[in-house]
Amino acid sequence: MLTLKLALRNIVGAGIRTWLNVVALSLSFVIIIFMQGLYNGMNDQVERATIDALYGGGQYWQKLYDPYDPLSLTDAHAVVPANIESLMTNNEATPILIRQATIYPEGHFRSILLKGIDPNQHVLTLPSFLLNEHRNLKGDGSIPALIGTRMAKSVGLQKGDEITVQWRDVHGTFDARDMKIVEVMKTPVQEIDNDQIWISLDRIQELTSMPGQATMVVLKQKVKDQKSEATFKNVPGWNFKNLEFLLADIHALVKQKTIGASILYTILLFLALLAIFDTQVLSIFRRKKEIGTLMALGMTRAKIIRLFTIEGAFHAFLAAIVAALYGIPLLVYIARTGIALPASYDTMGYAFGEKLLPAYSAGLMIGTTLLVLLSTTVVSFLPTRRIARLKPTDALRGRLS
Amino acid sequence: MMQTRTQKSEVRSQIKVSSQIFRALVPLWLILPPLLHSQTPTGDEILKKVDENMFSESKITVLHMIIHGERGSRTLEAKSWQRGTSESFTEYLAPPRDAGTKMLKLQDRLWTYSPSTDRTILISGHMLRQSMMGSDLSYEDMMEDPHLPHLYTAKISGEGNLNGRPCWVLDLSAKKEDISYYSRKVWVDKMRYVLLKENLYAKSGKLLKTMDIREVAEVQHRWVAKSILYKDVLKEGEGTEFVVDALALDVVIPDYIFSKAALKK
Repeated sequence: MLTLKLALRNIVGAGIRTWLNVVALSLSFVIIIFMQGLYNGMNDQVERATIDALYGGGQYWQKLYDPYDPLSLTDAHAVVPANIESLMTNNEATPILIRQATIYPEGHFRSILLKGIDPNQHVLTLPSFLLNEHRNLKGDGSIPALIGTRMAKSVGLQKGDEITVQWRDVHGTFDARDMKIVEVMKTPVQEIDNDQIWISLDRIQELTSMPGQATMVVLKQKVKDQKSEATFKNVPGWNFKNLEFLLADIHALVKQKTIGASILYTILLFLALLAIFDTQVLSIFRRKKEIGTLMALGMTRAKIIRLFTIEGAFHAFLAAIVAALYGIPLLVYIARTGIALPASYDTMGYAFGEKLLPAYSAGLMIGTTLLVLLSTTVVSFLPTRRIARLKPTDALRGRLS
Repeated sequence: MMQTRTQKSEVRSQIKVSSQIFRALVPLWLILPPLLHSQTPTGDEILKKVDENMFSESKITVLHMIIHGERGSRTLEAKSWQRGTSESFTEYLAPPRDAGTKMLKLQDRLWTYSPSTDRTILISGHMLRQSMMGSDLSYEDMMEDPHLPHLYTAKISGEGNLNGRPCWVLDLSAKKEDISYYSRKVWVDKMRYVLLKENLYAKSGKLLKTMDIREVAEVQHRWVAKSILYKDVLKEGEGTEFVVDALALDVVIPDYIFSKAALKK
């Protein structure tokens, strides 16, 4: 207890030197927590948006479907097998049929994906119900279609516009119809937006002569949670892709970003610890007579080492308090308002949305505090090892042996 | 009274003559319509004659292609070797930017060779829908079986006059399901059995492409299109013009021309 009191009095007595160290260390605290929280938030945000809008609880892909191989798409369709269809009947899964198509915005050729989804589905957040609403209202022969804001911007379309879409049916025969944009949906998920048009599943099945067929079937999130992974395997002709597989790209991106950020906060922490190390070295150098006096008064070398180490560690403790004083309001404010992202992020292929909302977990806070405390203590201890070799007589004379 | 009798007998004799003429004409009326009908061929017969006129066993064509785009027109020159309907080889001769580009079609496969990259690429899947050298023609259009009687049933929907030539208008409907264009409308020169115009329609009936034959020429006793304007109607622009500069029909083409090795030569 005496050591603690003495240590606290010493570092407070050191004045500005202590507070400079404390502020530098507190900055490291705040920046580490902020950066980690930012990437956690990014991960959560992208995952949540993509799962809600596209991945659901996992997807069954027709065996030939490969989103990275456009050549495979022509043949990637089949009648949904009975065991998956039973999930669809209970509204626990929804089929999507994907075909390649061509549009001619302002007379220019453009390849797109024409996707069919059940307007009555409740599996994904995609506003497919709009296709149903407008199906009853239409009377001009055009097909109700849904596009995203990015697609609308890139082809110059808006709500109410009509566009001619051309595709081939199952036999390879050209067909072309006018489609009416019934809504331009705003979504952070580019995979349901860029270069694609959504229409009703039954229409696309009818137009392409593919009744009852789909390219993929998306499971409802809850269904996947309730049943074991094994339940969703081994459907002939269809491959089950779980969320781990579907989110692999997002996880890889976040991991890469986290590694990049960790370099930054390692440098920051290193600089703060270097300041503490210097302070400790200087402190021992300047307080040789004090060390000698303490030894003469009967304090053991181990106790003196402990005193100096605790003094160093107190920097981290004070830094945590200072960081909490200005960091908590700041981080809470950022977590609530978010960080606006530049428009270029919208073309990166991930569902970042317009702003990032950092997510700070208790584990992150405690982990960061422990990391800084531990590293500060180690750094504070290192210079004090010289005290172990110090002779009291030399110390009293102001010499370091 | 006497006058009335004379009038009656005259009328009787006139009726008798009329009935004799009628009896004499009846056989003619029965015979003439089938005779007249036999002179108007059916749609399928017309299409078959067009096919016979158009297709030779092999041909070598030198042509230039004028692509009328939004930013102006550009002209490409090419030489093409064709054997039957499943083998063709095209080499672009000009402009310098495209010179040396080659295309090889064997059955339902198409390869292109670009000298700038020195690579041969198999065009397949969605790439077949891309425009060929920026023209209104897609690679798919190039791959199609050009024998219309194989693919369509024809019906005469009318007659008319196009570019000063009397012609039949035929409505073609697909015989089978795996066909690119569900229906076509063609204008056929009555005397020369050559197409003068063609409209290609989607399954929905929407007009997709048009082909206007602006000039025909007689080559080795066949009437062939010399200048064609091909237009993708969904696309902006004035279409692509194909002008045949030289044409040799039924020539012997060595086998090596239709090989992948010829692409890099």
